[in-house]
Amino acid sequence: MKRFLATLIACLVALPALAEIEIEEVTSPGGIKAWLVEDHSIPFTALELRFRGGTSLDDADKRGAVYLMSGLIEEGSGDMDARTYARELEALAASFRYNAGDDTVSISARFLTENRDEVVDLLRTTIHEPRFDQDAVDRVRAQILSGLRSDLTDPNEIAGLNFAQMAYGDHPYGSEGKGTIESVSTLTREDVVAAYEGVFAKDRLYVGAVGDITAEELGILLDTLLAALPETGKPIPGKANVTIPGGVSVVEFDTPQSVALFGQSGIDRDDPDFFAAFVLNHILGGGGFESRLMQEVREKRGLTYGVGTYLVPKDLASVYLGSVSSANDRIAEAVEVIRDEWARAASEGVTQKELDDAKTYLTGAYPLRFDGNGQIAGIMVEMQMEDLPIDYIATRNDKVNAVTLEDVNRVASELLDPDGLHFTVVGKPAGLETTN
Amino acid sequence: MVRALALSAALIATTPVFAEDGKEAVTTFTLDNGMDVVVVEDHRAPVVQHMVWYRAGSADEPIGSSGVAHFLEHLLFKGTDTLAPGEFSATVAANGGNDNAFTSYDYTAYFQRVAADRLELMMRMESDRMRNLRLNEEDILTERNVILEERNQRTENNPRALFGEQMSAAQYLNHRYGAPIIGWMHEMEDLDMDDALSFYQTHYAPNNAILVVTGDVDPDEVRALADQYYGVIPANADLPERVRSQEPPQTAERRLTFKDSRVAQPYVQRSYLAPERDPGKQEKAAALFMLAELLGGSTTSYLNEKLQFDQQKAVYTGAFYRGVSLDDTTFDLLIVPAEGVSLQEAEDAMDQAVADFIAEGVNEDDLNRIKMQLRASQTYARDNVDGIGNRYGRALTSGLTVEDVQAWPDVLQAVTGDEIIAAAREILQPEASVTGWLMRDDEVTQ
Repeated sequence: MKRFLATLIACLVALPALAEIEIEEVTSPGGIKAWLVEDHSIPFTALELRFRGGTSLDDADKRGAVYLMSGLIEEGSGDMDARTYARELEALAASFRYNAGDDTVSISARFLTENRDEVVDLLRTTIHEPRFDQDAVDRVRAQILSGLRSDLTDPNEIAGLNFAQMAYGDHPYGSEGKGTIESVSTLTREDVVAAYEGVFAKDRLYVGAVGDITAEELGILLDTLLAALPETGKPIPGKANVTIPGGVSVVEFDTPQSVALFGQSGIDRDDPDFFAAFVLNHILGGGGFESRLMQEVREKRGLTYGVGTYLVPKDLASVYLGSVSSANDRIAEAVEVIRDEWARAASEGVTQKELDDAKTYLTGAYPLRFDGNGQIAGIMVEMQMEDLPIDYIATRNDKVNAVTLEDVNRVASELLDPDGLHFTVVGKPAGLETTN
Repeated sequence: MVRALALSAALIATTPVFAEDGKEAVTTFTLDNGMDVVVVEDHRAPVVQHMVWYRAGSADEPIGSSGVAHFLEHLLFKGTDTLAPGEFSATVAANGGNDNAFTSYDYTAYFQRVAADRLELMMRMESDRMRNLRLNEEDILTERNVILEERNQRTENNPRALFGEQMSAAQYLNHRYGAPIIGWMHEMEDLDMDDALSFYQTHYAPNNAILVVTGDVDPDEVRALADQYYGVIPANADLPERVRSQEPPQTAERRLTFKDSRVAQPYVQRSYLAPERDPGKQEKAAALFMLAELLGGSTTSYLNEKLQFDQQKAVYTGAFYRGVSLDDTTFDLLIVPAEGVSLQEAEDAMDQAVADFIAEGVNEDDLNRIKMQLRASQTYARDNVDGIGNRYGRALTSGLTVEDVQAWPDVLQAVTGDEIIAAAREILQPEASVTGWLMRDDEVTQ
């Protein structure tokens, strides 16, 4: 009887209140805005700076310039060469991490309260006076080229690039943000400087700070770090035209397990149906062990170690993607099961119980995301970039709970396109061939 | 019972979780049946992580059944007398939580992250599957296919992982660390119900387990719940002593080349048999930890400076030491050669740089910089109590005690340059080493 007891308890106990996360909007004396969560329990601060644009700012013939620049920004600044700079940063026990994605370049900083002023000064010279010494350009370029060579024989990378080329064509999304061996080989220091000047500007800046810092201290820090940035950066390219024809493309690659990336067109983050689609995706393939695909492909048939799907609403296009890996002689069956589940969800929708379970999980798991200063800083920056209100966290679960069965099933029939689903399969898959 | 902080001091402070010296808020005790418990408090969010670690990993498997520890880990999500297959995870999810598990050489661990008021439900279910697992033949066959696909994904599809397996197999002449955690394919294919249940009955018992609870919890409440759910399970009086076949003196340098058409970036890896952290005696391990940091732990590390900046022979260098281990571990060096540099040139340059480092001795500024970063990491670590919990779980399943874990930061701070050089001279012996070249299959060995 324990089974029923456990279920009963799950239903009776109301879900817990969200973590008390009080976000304050801070505007510096110089006019720079940031969202702040003050928490003085641990003497350090996490600071997230994000610049919209990302590797999509690359000119077509300079692919990889933004990525190379983001790898070079920590290679010396002001009067410090790369080695002196690294010693200085290590001695302060701070960390600055840089990431260049399709839509953003981010700087994630973490520093102790005891030497905050020195760290901020170092970060200021990093952002405003990077050296981009030629020897550093050559050294970091060689590291990126080494990675690009490895990507050429990585089935996951091959699948991702092939799918992107098909889906986005000539748009920057259709090629690798790290560039190609050919493009990166020809990038010059001037290209790196141009990328730097295009990326860092106030018109695309979003800031989140969490930890042992007051609003007043943060205001001063923001001006020190960012007031001297140019007002505007390089124009961001227009939206991508997504073309995903239904079918299969096989990329022959000699490896025992085939890797399949599948997808179709998606749904924008600000679409009124986004929450219904989000809940639908959880039920179909997003929800770990409980998802339909995981149950059908792994738990019932043992065809894979993992299968998952993801709504990918990017700034300039939205797609709906998934991935699965199976031995070459079993991947065809996995593909068939996934396509059938796609069709079943589109035609029959989901059940009330699946919807209820999904809501319980999604609303209950939401507070688990806020589990560290850096994570909270990142979430606050994403909220700002998506133009969500500052009290969004408190209302988000209501939006999930407001999704009705009719909503989900209408969106399932409108969004899910079993005939438009494309599988890019890398490996030596038995029984699968490129269609059309 | 050991309490890592003075509660009275903590209660007065504005931040009740931590004592004024900023130590981690750790409470440990042992249940009457021998189950160890570690509680790490963090009251900033109403979230808890509940873990059970077993002192049983792949190195505890019987000969011929490699992979059974990990296979059993998968099978624990099937059913018990009271939970249908899959119901464990479904129940966690229905409570807004996440759950999973992982297996290593010396441990298997199960965890759930969930709202703090669901701790009792997690304990009820986890304690249930400690003794009441029920399997059927269909579960065995389906899940065996899943682990074979897991091996495909992690290892067979990845030449670097295949190379690593060959390195370990060559390093360990007699110890089980020479077999991969996930198992050799041909033995995994034959794992059956008896293999899984035998491992389960031998190793899964409260006196072979550690409960680690981290997050928004009160240690006294954890203790009451642990007594109620885990404390009632009888200890296994027949629990075998953890004795594994040990390494004989290693007297012959080993070399291997691994060729695969999927290799795009060749590199050289070197491993040396090395002592692990031992209870009450962590000084040599601390010196090796610092040696790895100094040689290859950061941008300013010695190999990086010499081989990337000065000589430009490498695009990447690294040094690694895995000190938390029940038996002898390894100290590893890695060099990825720059374009146009052969593997032999890269290996020679790496060996020369290590010899130069030993001859020059430790630069005190470099050592002090690392010590500063280690002190800061104790502050940053408090932002992630789950990480602190994992640290205890790994240590306590690898022969260390709570006291060893808590002494470790001070042991590290006390390491001297001379001790580091002495450890390097002692451990970096060719006779106890394996040198591996990962190559494209069309590449010519010079």
